[in-house]
Amino acid sequence: MLLALVATALVAIALLSEELLPRIEEMWSRHRAGRQMAPVMPYDPGRERRAEARARSLLRSCVNEEEWAMYRDLGFIRVWGSQSDGPVDADSTGGAAYAYLIYPHRAIVAYLAQTHRLLNEYCVAFPDETRPYGSARLPDSDDVLAKWMALTGDEQRLISTANMHLPGRQLDPAKVKRDLWRLSQWERARMRDAAQRSPTSTPLDTSN
Amino acid sequence: MKPGHGEVLIAEGDVELAEDEQRLVEEFRRQLDGGLWAAVPTLDAAGRRQAHMVKTFDDVPRDADRVIFFPRAAGGR
Repeated sequence: MLLALVATALVAIALLSEELLPRIEEMWSRHRAGRQMAPVMPYDPGRERRAEARARSLLRSCVNEEEWAMYRDLGFIRVWGSQSDGPVDADSTGGAAYAYLIYPHRAIVAYLAQTHRLLNEYCVAFPDETRPYGSARLPDSDDVLAKWMALTGDEQRLISTANMHLPGRQLDPAKVKRDLWRLSQWERARMRDAAQRSPTSTPLDTSN
Repeated sequence: MKPGHGEVLIAEGDVELAEDEQRLVEEFRRQLDGGLWAAVPTLDAAGRRQAHMVKTFDDVPRDADRVIFFPRAAGGR
């Protein structure tokens, strides 16, 4: 009787071992891993903020004073287009002046300067595949500076590299139009301020 | 430019000194071989700031005070 029970138990263990052994091994390795110190990079909440502060400083040192003020006050930079016939791949502008709006981590928007008609969106990114700090994203101001350098340095190459879309794919056209209106108001205010500060400006005649 | 870090100084030196120049050339090549783009902030004839994209160290103006490396552009979504 006892022999039969032992034999049955051995058979049962043999049958279950295929199922049980991997689980036991996994539990053992988990137990061992839990006892080892895992190399954990402590999260630094100020790192991104410091990176952005450095990026803003670099941006300011590279772009024109007006462009820096535009970015600081409005959150985007306008760069004038230099191609005589408009951006690559876009419909010809017929020689009309056009420009781009650069937003951080958003598409570049091309538009006609006179009419504010939106031409295209150019989706471009500057991914750092080495991901040295866990993210491939540049700080906002570095993204703007990279677009600014690529546009002013080699507009054709950047626009050819970008994925072109009709306006409205990533940025709400109504928002872009509003930004263009804000830009025109901002420019008028700057011109008024400059005129008031200029020593050659004549005060209004109030004698009448 | 580095994600999560912003501006990082890679190398500095005086191009008038042969040893420094050699080091700068090697670092320049290393960055471009790593897939980065290089640009030099410049002033145009009208005094406006713009960037000058450079592909070789010889393209860098001798009086440039810095070269900025940044990730190569790719089509975004």
